[in-house]
Amino acid sequence: MLWNLIKAFVIGGAICSIGQVLVLKTKITPARILVGYIVTGVILSAVGLYGPLAEFAGAGATVPLTGFGHALTTGVKKAVQEIGFMGAFTGGLTSTAAGIAAAVFFGSLAALVFKPRPK
Amino acid sequence: MFDKNAKPSPQRQRQLDSYKQLVERMSPNSNLFQGIFRAFWVGGTICCFGQFLQEAGKMWLGMNNTAASTFCSTALVFLTALLTGLGVWDKIGQYAGAGAFVPITGFANAMVSPAIEFRREGLVLGLGAKLFTIAGPVLVWGVSISVLVGMIYAIWPW
Repeated sequence: MLWNLIKAFVIGGAICSIGQVLVLKTKITPARILVGYIVTGVILSAVGLYGPLAEFAGAGATVPLTGFGHALTTGVKKAVQEIGFMGAFTGGLTSTAAGIAAAVFFGSLAALVFKPRPK
Repeated sequence: MFDKNAKPSPQRQRQLDSYKQLVERMSPNSNLFQGIFRAFWVGGTICCFGQFLQEAGKMWLGMNNTAASTFCSTALVFLTALLTGLGVWDKIGQYAGAGAFVPITGFANAMVSPAIEFRREGLVLGLGAKLFTIAGPVLVWGVSISVLVGMIYAIWPW
């Protein structure tokens, strides 16, 4: 278990560091970096590079947003294998449903409970 | 003799220029390394905690792989929503930069934070719409490209 935690720490940290280099060295806004990360994750996963990384690093690869893209691709592929062409439309959101639903639910809840604070 | 508007001698000017260049050369680099260090350890810790949640779910709560990874992302999203509401997340984000916004916590914060801020503009067009200010583009591009990947995969499976 300890080894798994170390792998997750190192790979996850490395993926975040790349983002930090983009923040400091270019003028790309964080929102664009998030979009870039998810698209990168989808594509890396589609060409078969992200799967082995996720296998190796566990949460270190699946918790960063590239992992969200990876989940979209694996979901889409699985659905296509099961139900054919139409799976392209169902698979992605099925496999990422938990993260999205949790963010919508807890986000709304937080907005109802907490007051906005001055910046 | 001490006229402030007088131009410095060419020699002095060269000195000043080279000092300015030195400052420019040194400072962004130390910022860069500090930024990378912070992003690395905070981002790494968040991922490490996620891994711990997964293993804990499998070991003690009798979850299978799917349930455990769902538990991991849901718990991280919940904690981010809580910390954002309490105003703690802003500080973590300022400190860690990409270390805080690259993990799924950043996605959650990008939804929660505008929702809280625009809550007073109403439940539908305030809270409801602003939840997706940043998450919207992320989903639009992620889902669109994954649908494209799925179509290609359906025609030429590899």
